[in-house]
This record gives sequence, structure tokens and C-alpha cells, in this order.
Amino acid sequence: MSMEVAKLQQKFLDYSNSLFQDGFLDDQFIQLHMLQDDSNPDFVAEVVTLFGEDSERLIAELSAALQHDTIDYRKVDAYVHQFKGSSSSIGAQRVKAVCSDFRVYADAKNREGCLQCLQLIKQEFSLIKHKLDSLLKLEEQIIAAGGTVPFMD
Amino acid sequence: MASINEEFEVSKAFPPLEDLGRSGPCATMFLENSEVTSHTVTKSHQEAFVNPTSEVTEVHVLAVDDSVLDRKMIETLLRNSSYKVTTVDSGDKALEVLGIEGSLGLQFNISLIITDYCMPGMTGYDLLKRVKETSALKEIPVVIMSSENVPNRIQRCLEEGAKEFIMKPVKLTDVERLKLHISSPQMSCHVDQSSKLCNKRKFASEGCETQNTGRRTRPSGLTVVA
Repeated sequence: MSMEVAKLQQKFLDYSNSLFQDGFLDDQFIQLHMLQDDSNPDFVAEVVTLFGEDSERLIAELSAALQHDTIDYRKVDAYVHQFKGSSSSIGAQRVKAVCSDFRVYADAKNREGCLQCLQLIKQEFSLIKHKLDSLLKLEEQIIAAGGTVPFMD
Repeated sequence: MASINEEFEVSKAFPPLEDLGRSGPCATMFLENSEVTSHTVTKSHQEAFVNPTSEVTEVHVLAVDDSVLDRKMIETLLRNSSYKVTTVDSGDKALEVLGIEGSLGLQFNISLIITDYCMPGMTGYDLLKRVKETSALKEIPVVIMSSENVPNRIQRCLEEGAKEFIMKPVKLTDVERLKLHISSPQMSCHVDQSSKLCNKRKFASEGCETQNTGRRTRPSGLTVVA
């Protein structure tokens, strides 16, 4: 195996390990990789894309919902519930955690709390999206160099 | 009968969702850009005819979830466990596939329904009830998925006849366990669109593969097995 591939693989392992250690990702992300195989080689990338699109939609909806003078908190809660679901499905642990807090504030009809959570969710989503893209890019590079992606954890 | 591996899309305008007046997030979910999404048959939907020489009986699962991400997940999980899969994004669409509502003129042999609980409009529980109330369909095992562990909810679903309540995110081990609920691989309910009668078909016993599920005694996550 070439030095190039070995280096990339190490880089991948270091990076993915840090994401787990810092709590960005949880075990569900590994479960996703277990579903990827030769007959379904782009599964993780597709799921990440769907997560990105879905999250952007939900952030837009939440922003709109929280702008009204009278906030429909049941609507807000419904959106956050969806967000929690999708982040859970992909293993985006920190986004999921913000969603939990968000729901508490929505239940309590706490405007300030909700607005803070919205900010936080935007930040966390932006972070994880960037990290996932970087991780997937590393995977692509490894495969392009003729190597196999090492199993995480 | 549609040809093998043909993918088709059906779009329909659905009336605006009513608030059913129940508490909780399920009743107030909105589909604001409510273009109804397509119904895509993801695998060949040839009818499972009796074929005595066949070694494998394909099990056709209908998966219902309003989340596009979760639909992708459940579809892949099911396919990886060698099921034939049809995914739909609502209870209404599920009923169409099952032959209750609408006139898509499609005929499927559905051996199991797996549905999300929390969906706008018709919840998974509503769908479960409809299936159990319909004589042509009530034998089809129904499994409910949810991201929330609400004991009352679980209880209600099991009482209504759900075979199992699976906590999301769904794992491969959960999906493999579904085989247990398909009581007899030989039987599946075929709903004839025109007559709305259930013509149960028995496969020749020589043609059926006995599935060794490698049953696990310790459930993963928090699942309740009826």
C-alpha cells in the first residue's frame, strides 16, 4: 500500500476519532457506515446530503416561526421534533442535544430560550455539516488513491 | 401489472391537513410546501406469484414515514435484510398501496407494515387502526417506530394490535427481528382492487425458504415485543 493511502487513512482515523470524542457524532454514525456496501456505495454521502437539505429547511421554518409577534409554539415544537429525529438518525449528537433543550423552551413558551436555541442549532449544524463534508472528502480521497476506508472505532 | 424494476411516480393534490385536535407534536406538524411527494416503488413490484421451483419467498414490506431521511434509512435497512421495500410518506398513501383508498389500480402483496408513529394528518396509530379494522388487511402485521418513549403510546399501539414498538433510530438488529412477525412465510394478503376481497395465497411449501433468524434474546435499544 502506498504511503499516500496510509497517510490518508491515518488522517481519516484521527479526524473521525476526534469527532466521536468531542461528541459531535455518536454510534449511529457508525451504524450508517454498516449499511454502506458495494451495492450501495454512496449511502452515507446521500444521507449526509439529505440531512443537510432537511436541516436547512427546518432552520428556515424555525426562523420564520420565531419571528412572529405571537409565536405558535406547537409549530415550533413540531419542527424541532423533526430536527431531533433527523439528527438522531444520522448520529449528529450535539445537534440532537440542542433540540432537546429547544423543546423544553418551546414547551415553556419561552421566547428568549427558543431564540437562543435557534442560534445554537444554526451553529451546531454548521459545524457538523462542515465536519461531515471534510470526513466524506477524506473517504473519497482514500478510495481515489486506491485504498479502503478504515473502520471507525 | 407494472413491469419489473419500473419506477413510477404518482403525484396527487391532497387537501390541507386538519388539526385533529390531539395534543402533542404529531397533530400540529405542518407540510407547508405541501406538494405531495412521489410514491416511488423502490424495487420490482411484480406480484409474488406461486412459484414452486423458487427457493426464496420475497417478503414485501411497506414502510411509512414522513421524514425523507428516515425513509431512506428504513428502506436501506430493509433492503440489506433482503426484503422487498415500498416506501410512502403518509398514512393516506399507505392505504392506497394497500388498496383501501384511491384508485391507483396497483396490487401489492404486503407482508408487513412498518410505520412511524408521529406523522402529520394520519398518525401511525391511525393507520394501524385502519388496517386492523379492514377485514382484508387486518392479518398484516404492523410495527410502529417512534423516537419518543411514551409508555401510554406504546400501550395503545400494542392494544390496537401492533406487533412491536421500535425506538428510533432503527437498527439492523431491529429489522432482522421483523421476520419473527411474519408468522408464516407462506401466507400473504393479496387485495384485489376490483372486488376488494382478500385472496389469500398459499405458496407451495417446497418453494419456501425457512428463515433462520438467528434470534437474539436481548433486544437492542428500547423495544417492546408484544
